[in-house]
Amino acid sequence: MPDAIAVEALHKRYGDVQALDGLDLTVEQGAVMGLLGPNGAGKTTVVRILATLLRPDSGSVRVCGVDALREPERVRPLIGLTGQYAAVDEKLTGFENLRMLARLARRGRTESRDRADELLAEFGLADAAGRLVRTYSGGMRRRLDLAAGLIARPEVIFLDEPTTGLDPRSRTAIWKVVADLSAAGTTVLLTTQYLEEADRLAHTVVVVDHGTVIGRGTPQELKDRVGGERLEVRLQDAGQYERAERVIRGVVGDGPCSHDDEGRISVAVAGGAMLMPELARELHAAQVVVADLAVRRPTLDDAFFALTEPGEGSISGADPAPAPPEAEHVTAVTAGRTDQR
Amino acid sequence: MSRTPTAKTARTTKSVKTTTDTKSTSTTKATPVSPAGPAARERDPGGGIAWWFSDAGEMALRNLKHLRRTPDLMMYALIQPVMFILLFRYVLGGAIDVPGDDYGQFLLPGIFVQMVLFGSVAGTAVGVADDMSKGIMDRFRSMPVSRSAVLAGRTFSELARTLVAVVVMIVVGLLVGFRFDGDPLPMAGAFLLLFAFGYAFSWLAALIGMAVSGPEAAQAGGTAWLFPFTFISSVFVPVSSMPGWLRPYAEHSPVTVVVDTLRAWLGGTDAGSAAWQSLAWTVGIATVCAPLAVARYRNK
Repeated sequence: MPDAIAVEALHKRYGDVQALDGLDLTVEQGAVMGLLGPNGAGKTTVVRILATLLRPDSGSVRVCGVDALREPERVRPLIGLTGQYAAVDEKLTGFENLRMLARLARRGRTESRDRADELLAEFGLADAAGRLVRTYSGGMRRRLDLAAGLIARPEVIFLDEPTTGLDPRSRTAIWKVVADLSAAGTTVLLTTQYLEEADRLAHTVVVVDHGTVIGRGTPQELKDRVGGERLEVRLQDAGQYERAERVIRGVVGDGPCSHDDEGRISVAVAGGAMLMPELARELHAAQVVVADLAVRRPTLDDAFFALTEPGEGSISGADPAPAPPEAEHVTAVTAGRTDQR
Repeated sequence: MSRTPTAKTARTTKSVKTTTDTKSTSTTKATPVSPAGPAARERDPGGGIAWWFSDAGEMALRNLKHLRRTPDLMMYALIQPVMFILLFRYVLGGAIDVPGDDYGQFLLPGIFVQMVLFGSVAGTAVGVADDMSKGIMDRFRSMPVSRSAVLAGRTFSELARTLVAVVVMIVVGLLVGFRFDGDPLPMAGAFLLLFAFGYAFSWLAALIGMAVSGPEAAQAGGTAWLFPFTFISSVFVPVSSMPGWLRPYAEHSPVTVVVDTLRAWLGGTDAGSAAWQSLAWTVGIATVCAPLAVARYRNK
């Protein structure tokens, strides 16, 4: 079976910025691929090239076996696009938007009306069908935009950060749509900044940074690599770091552990919440003053941190317990990424 | 960290493409993308002329719905022609000597042409610039929609707006005493020429709309040049009253030849060579600007 998406050695430069630097990507037909990366990693550039909106400087792009650079007009009927910003007409109603797009996708008049009604019902917008889109809430617009991307029943759909800026309810609704699409055999390429989202939806994850792939594998492999849950301890006095680390090691074992100059210690653990009472007791007994103690899920920061360690190109079959990295490294990576969360 | 294997994870094992060394590809010089011309890489999708008209019709319908939902914009577009007719007829007209001594009769064909130009250029340039700044253009461009149909739809809907403006100007013209003295056939020809001339300029306006940064710039930059362009012509004053160095341009301005043709055909006289020049300008502007606009839209 041919790959639904096959991208090789993609390069794209905007002035001084190398947006894509030799990116490779393949998505098997019917799979959900998560393209994970921070702002400016090149995710949107990839999507725009795949959607025939942008030409790369070099590289090859095939969608469902069709060369998207030579014959974009043959790719367009096969794809659907939903962007980060709702690409719908504000001054038309929800129904008018979808009917028009169905007509533009070369559907008959009656079929277009039916398809518009069907999608409006499916996305919970039937009641708002006759209202101008400018009166819609952000979540409703995004749902309409997603419906618009599906109007022609595409074989491949590109979702560019479909849930960024959405409230949790709308996000869950979009997640459900993606799961349904996947179950129906549609190939999905989804970009996201959220590890949790990629974990929920994607069969495979590709992590990109600076226009190149820094890791790929299943979400499980990625999480194993990152180390699952992390226990975070913030010390009142950063000087107590060594004593604190000894105590922590004694309780949680030898997971990947890091600390920064401000007295924050982060350690990968399994079943972190259950360890907290014991850890609190031990730290107290060792007279370590703790400002904050928490268990949190791994974030994109953690994934980057794990993947940008020297000598690591792939997360497939990676060592789940890497050596603790240098402190400066942690600080640099964390400081550089905090705005991406 | 173990998780019970689900259908999802089971499925992924086969869909992972292992690439152990991602760096190697970035150093290899990849096949450069062939710089195929727009014609080679952007053939209009199949489906033929019927789908082209369907696409253009849908686009025009969309624009007309916008127009209907912003009645204030339509109002402003109609106030300007009425204002110009009244101001020039009653305020400035008394001081302007024209052949035949009837300024109203001289003025109205000129106002027709000037206002049709302002309306179609401003409307199309702002409309196209507005579309270009919106995400929905990306959606259209990622769909199998005819490239030229998107712009054609815009120019069609502007033609509808021009029609309304011309009807209003005819009514106001009759109220201020303009007499349609021509024979039916030349008069019909005069209005056809008026619409065709405005339509040709809407393709030039589409080019402007794609060149500027946004709708506001289109409003200002799209219409500013129209003041000298329409004033240095026979719209308001006889060209013979202008200084010698300006006259050669004014006499041959496309606006002058079209206005002179309208004056002749609406007043029942012979337009002479102005008629053929008008037609040549109209066809020339459209055949140059329309392909340029479509090519620009494709490459945008």
